[in-house]
Amino acid sequence: MPTTIKISVNGKEYNVRPGVTILEAIRDMGISVPTLCHLKNLSPTGACRLCVVEIDGVAGLVPSCSYPVSEGMVIKTHSPRTMVARKTIVELLLASHPNDCLYCERSRNCELSKLASEFGVTAQHFPVVSHGHHKDISSPSINRDPEKCILCGKCVRVCEEVQSVSALDFVSRGHKAQVAPAFNEGLNVSSCINCGQCVMVCPTGALTEKSNLKEVLAALSDKKKHTIIQYAPSISVTLAEEFGLKAGQDVVGKMAAAFRKIGFKTIFDTSFSADLTIMEEGSEFIHRLQNGGNFPMFTSCSPGWVKFVEEFYPEYIDHLSTCKSPQQMLGAISKHYWAKKNGVDPKDVFMVSIMPCTAKKFEAKRPENFVDGIPDIDVVLTTRETAKLLKFYGVDLSQLDPETADLPFGNYSTAGKLFAATGGVMEAALRSVHFLLTGKEIEDLKLQTVRGLDGIKTATLKINDIEVNIAVASGLGNARKIMDDIKHKRKNYHFVEIMSCPGGCINGGGQPYSSLTSTHEKNVRARMQALYNIDQMGSVRQSHKNQAVIDLYDDFLKRPLSDVSHHLLHTHYHARKVVK
Amino acid sequence: MAMVESILKKYHSSKRDQLIPILQAIQEAQGFLSRESIIRVGEFLNLPVSKIYGVATFYNQFRFKAIGKYHVMICRGTACHVKGSKSILELLEENLQIKAGDTSRDGLFSIEVVACIGACGLAPVISINGEFHGHLTKEKLITLLDECRKNK
Repeated sequence: MPTTIKISVNGKEYNVRPGVTILEAIRDMGISVPTLCHLKNLSPTGACRLCVVEIDGVAGLVPSCSYPVSEGMVIKTHSPRTMVARKTIVELLLASHPNDCLYCERSRNCELSKLASEFGVTAQHFPVVSHGHHKDISSPSINRDPEKCILCGKCVRVCEEVQSVSALDFVSRGHKAQVAPAFNEGLNVSSCINCGQCVMVCPTGALTEKSNLKEVLAALSDKKKHTIIQYAPSISVTLAEEFGLKAGQDVVGKMAAAFRKIGFKTIFDTSFSADLTIMEEGSEFIHRLQNGGNFPMFTSCSPGWVKFVEEFYPEYIDHLSTCKSPQQMLGAISKHYWAKKNGVDPKDVFMVSIMPCTAKKFEAKRPENFVDGIPDIDVVLTTRETAKLLKFYGVDLSQLDPETADLPFGNYSTAGKLFAATGGVMEAALRSVHFLLTGKEIEDLKLQTVRGLDGIKTATLKINDIEVNIAVASGLGNARKIMDDIKHKRKNYHFVEIMSCPGGCINGGGQPYSSLTSTHEKNVRARMQALYNIDQMGSVRQSHKNQAVIDLYDDFLKRPLSDVSHHLLHTHYHARKVVK
Repeated sequence: MAMVESILKKYHSSKRDQLIPILQAIQEAQGFLSRESIIRVGEFLNLPVSKIYGVATFYNQFRFKAIGKYHVMICRGTACHVKGSKSILELLEENLQIKAGDTSRDGLFSIEVVACIGACGLAPVISINGEFHGHLTKEKLITLLDECRKNK
């Protein structure tokens, strides 16, 4: 096979690699054709036909996303014929799409509406026909409105090829077709793990997060409520994008200022309870090592992953760490320790948590995450909802002077901060496990082997005389590979970290929509680098050195895995029978 | 479900390319594809249920509810269309209070639309439990349905 072949695009000759699609080739040349259904690295479907190009000698227009280049091909990407075709396609899509754009969740960033505007669609040429599909609001995390679906199938492919969950597929045919869970039932009874990756790729408002802004607004204006806000480690490096700032800018101080400004009484940082999680989870790992517990031990901070195990690998439930996620831990500690200490009735505390995640909304509602009938967390908002909340109050993040979160739970080590990216929990855990086992700090705090965006990372580390095999995976398709290796005894791991979303929370289902832009991957990398920089510059880089954590144990919890810890900070899981 | 198991036994070493033959065999034996049988086929072929339901709903031949005591097949082929089968179908749906492809709650009637029954000379034509009724008018249809109701 030749290493390059010659093709002509818009009258210019190019050398391209054989085997690539026309779309890949022309994108490398800096030529852009629109597409609504293409997803990089996933199977091309040619569903939307917007990427069509004209090829000399080929009768019809050809979808460039699914057509390979060949020697001597003469391509026109913006001929009058292709332009008319594209505009007509958009007009036809609009003809089976509701006209309620002004009220749509995606009004600011809808890909269909963006194309309509770019192609100069300013009048309705075809009458709008409704399909009469029903909304699905059954899920605590994701709303589905099939009327707004353009059948691009991106959600179907992400759910199947990236997450290996396949909760969604096409149902029926022709004008009756829609994307739905099996038997056209609600997402809540499907195998959906609430990760929201489908929401991230949906070009329209067909899949959106379930908004909980109303509850937060009500609580903020309720004088009887003591509102506490906590934000996940990833939020400070992603929220800025919603305000037009560069990806990867750390706005942790501005964020604290903003939340104080709009009326939250107390501001805590989930990175604190990430440190607390490390103390509990690290101790649990050591306990298992010394007392012969279940190995491998799996992390349990990613609620999509936890549900995935409950559905697809129930025989491994006992391998999940019993630790609640940092979100739940901070909720429980705030209500049952901090509130009582500060003379606030736990029932009056309204705990809002800002998460990069739609599955956290589900996690907060799990009955296991209530202590003495009180929910650890009252409402979960995604990064996107949080930006809306701030804009609602007229807060412009870029204009604020940084402030700090409240003590004691605003205090965190940069190990806790690392939870935001794939490999971060492992890195933070190993720093503390090393200390707890040997009494000495690990030599090099930076664990390069678990860093970076690779889907699966494995390593073997020696702590004292114990060889510890670790694995880190993000994206549940990768998690499934690890699980099957374990199940078929091909691999022998001791500690496995799984995050549901590819890259971890920095690419969570609640993060800013950047699928509209070609810079998505770059943004995720920038967010990750920002975290590594924060860790590099940190003065406290180990969870066990976080003074607030030490004080909490001294004053209340006594020691990791104590009875109080078990009551407040640990949980249990159960096998789930769902349609899968 | 024992019947589904005995069908699956015949396909014991099958892969996903046998999905449609398996669904056809189940429908033939059971008259329709039950929820349970679709879930079981998913386990058997190691395919997500959403995918199987997607395939099954793509083809007109699969039903998801048991057929009624009186199974009405209405021809919507070209000749019948020209002779007004559309309004016959509308009347049928209105009279039975169900949509094509569905089964009435009392289990008495079900409707299936077929492309051509092969009796164009009798257009518009329906068949009830395999018995053909041609040159249909609205009045004739209502009489037929009332007769079915009387004999329930």
